[in-house]
Amino acid sequence: MTDTSQKSDEEKERSEALLKVKDISLSFIQYASGLRQTELKVISNLSMEAYSGEILAVVGSSGSGKSLLAHAILGILPSNAKLSGTMEYNGHDLSQKKKEELRGKEIVLIPQSTTYLDPLMRISSQVIGNVEEKNKDSRKKLQREIFQKYDLKPEVEKMFPHELSGGMIRRVLVSTAVMNSSKIVIADEPTPGLDEKNLNETLSYFKDMASKGYAVILITHDIEAALKISDKIAIFYAGTILEIANTDDFSGEGEKLRHQYTKALWNALPQNKFRAIKGHQPMQDEVLDGCFFYERCTTRGEVCSKCVPELKLFNGGMVRCNNVS
Amino acid sequence: MNYRKLSIFMGKKALKLVFLLIVVCIASFWIVEQSPIDPVRAYIGEMSIQPEQKAKLEEYWGVNTPAHEKFLNWAENLLKGDLGTSLIYRMPVTDVVKERFAASLVLMASSWLLSGVLGFVLGIIAGMKNGTLIDKAIKVYCYILLAAPTFWLALIFLLIFAVNLGWFPVGLSVPIGVASEDVTFFDRIHHLILPTVTLSLLGVASIAMFTREKLIEVMESDYVLFAKARGEKGSTLVKRHGIRNVALPAITLQFLGFSELFGGAVLVEQVFSYPGIGQAAVAAGLRSDVPLLLAIVIVSAVFVYSGNLIADMIYEFVDPRIKQQEMRT
Ligand SMILES: Nc1ncnc2c1ncn2[C@@H]1O[C@H](COP(=O)(O)OP(=O)(O)OP(=O)(O)O)[C@@H](O)[C@H]1O
Ligand code: SF4
Ligand SMILES: [Mg+2]
Repeated sequence: MTDTSQKSDEEKERSEALLKVKDISLSFIQYASGLRQTELKVISNLSMEAYSGEILAVVGSSGSGKSLLAHAILGILPSNAKLSGTMEYNGHDLSQKKKEELRGKEIVLIPQSTTYLDPLMRISSQVIGNVEEKNKDSRKKLQREIFQKYDLKPEVEKMFPHELSGGMIRRVLVSTAVMNSSKIVIADEPTPGLDEKNLNETLSYFKDMASKGYAVILITHDIEAALKISDKIAIFYAGTILEIANTDDFSGEGEKLRHQYTKALWNALPQNKFRAIKGHQPMQDEVLDGCFFYERCTTRGEVCSKCVPELKLFNGGMVRCNNVS
Repeated sequence: MNYRKLSIFMGKKALKLVFLLIVVCIASFWIVEQSPIDPVRAYIGEMSIQPEQKAKLEEYWGVNTPAHEKFLNWAENLLKGDLGTSLIYRMPVTDVVKERFAASLVLMASSWLLSGVLGFVLGIIAGMKNGTLIDKAIKVYCYILLAAPTFWLALIFLLIFAVNLGWFPVGLSVPIGVASEDVTFFDRIHHLILPTVTLSLLGVASIAMFTREKLIEVMESDYVLFAKARGEKGSTLVKRHGIRNVALPAITLQFLGFSELFGGAVLVEQVFSYPGIGQAAVAAGLRSDVPLLLAIVIVSAVFVYSGNLIADMIYEFVDPRIKQQEMRT
């Protein structure tokens, strides 16, 4: 155990992040009554990095904009979305054009639900995807192997999505990600509705992908599941990241954690103090000048309501808070 | 497939049809009886005739028989399989209906296919090019067609293409004064084109608009988003996911359009003097040919009903998404 973690530490020193998301913001232009435009800010000044061979979990509550973050990386945002900031892939600028080139090949998405499968297309055609006639046979073979690995019976190939159980759908969606020799896998909520056994199995697939060198971004609201397999945990709150912690930091009473919110999340878990934090996330249409956590913070200071704290390095992780030193 | 479910479904539908036919027959009979038209006058026109001849004719048309008696007689014969004799054509009703319906069926089937294919293609193009000039052009074209009455369109077409340009015959389904065995296949097609095109126009508009809406909806779906995420783009998306998901609802709609198709055929046949069932229906109605009218009513009701039935069956048994929704609830 120490061996491998030491090795990956060394590797990190050497290698650059495969994907860098730098200070992105995402908003929707909405037309309120008449011609009045309003801007709905869903992601604000978000930065994060994904490394090959590592699992980065993005943990945030429902409706906080996690799926949109995934869609932003793939360049499949709806037309009324406005994205700012930059991304880098493999040291090069990741423009919309580049995203269109890479998606489905080097960067793949495991979508959130069964609605992302064509209801009228047989499973095998969907997993194989759109390929040239001459590659059909080899892709078919590959699909068979993958199905075998994920314990999907040959009958499944000919079925339609509605004929599959929740667990099978998950495995089919995961299959789509390994059909290409991709480098980044973004898994959007791959675990809800799964029982203990299926959950652990699905998580093991991601562990497996990471060990094969993929950079895995695991988007979830389930911090416990994330802690089981991830290397780093990014805490997503109100459209931004409050902390990026190492998985080891989640121990004891959370002394090693950097942000008050992360500590609160950790202590809210049943096996810890099971103590929920008061209040709720700010709404998307609220205009915030200061720290997004201000309303719920117990150590807030005067400056906190005036300007948004920067995301800064601290103790081997990142944190967005004025009050750490 | 689930045969038990299918047989229950068909049983229910058959019962419904019988009930529908009874109601429709009684209603049509009653309406004809209320008609102010004197059938004998309508038959002889302006000619003057002897009183005894008039009495004979009145007997022939059943003018003095009480209505309910006439209806019961007719119903009794119907159950024996006898639809009676057409008063205006002086032939068994079965023969008239067979011949007329066959002619109409050719007309309706060809315009149904034409409007379906053309409408679907236009709808897909408009949906793909959503918001562009092509899309707007197709939309405007559809709105105009939807707003224009069928008989008016038919008259315009007749004037332009048959009268002014002389490309097509003015009417009928075969050339005048040619023995029926000498009528070629080409003659029939030539006579069919103008009525077919006219009749299909209305259907084109509704199916195109529907296909367009549906395609736009499909292109905004999660599964198309995921297909994009996997590298599919442009027309591949439409081919792989768009057409697949739009076709079934469009075909269903096309079957539901049987009633408009029949209604349109009545008008178009009238304008083009096309000897189909629609034209016979108008004649039978105007001249109180009760046996013929009732037979046509039955045939047309069964026709429209079968369109609805097919649409229902596609919905219930063919479209897998329905099963999906059933499972969810
Ligand atoms: N096209 C759009 N126009 C306006 N607002 C949108 C649009 N798409 C998404 N949103 C808003 O963005 C918010 C974030 O959506 P997103 O799906 O990313 O959340 P999420 O964190 O993935 O939630 P969940 O846990 O439910 O998957 C939603 O609350 C929604 O209101
Ligand atoms: S910046 Fe201020 S308000 Fe925000 S978490 Fe830190 S101390 Fe609390
Ligand atoms: Mg989501």
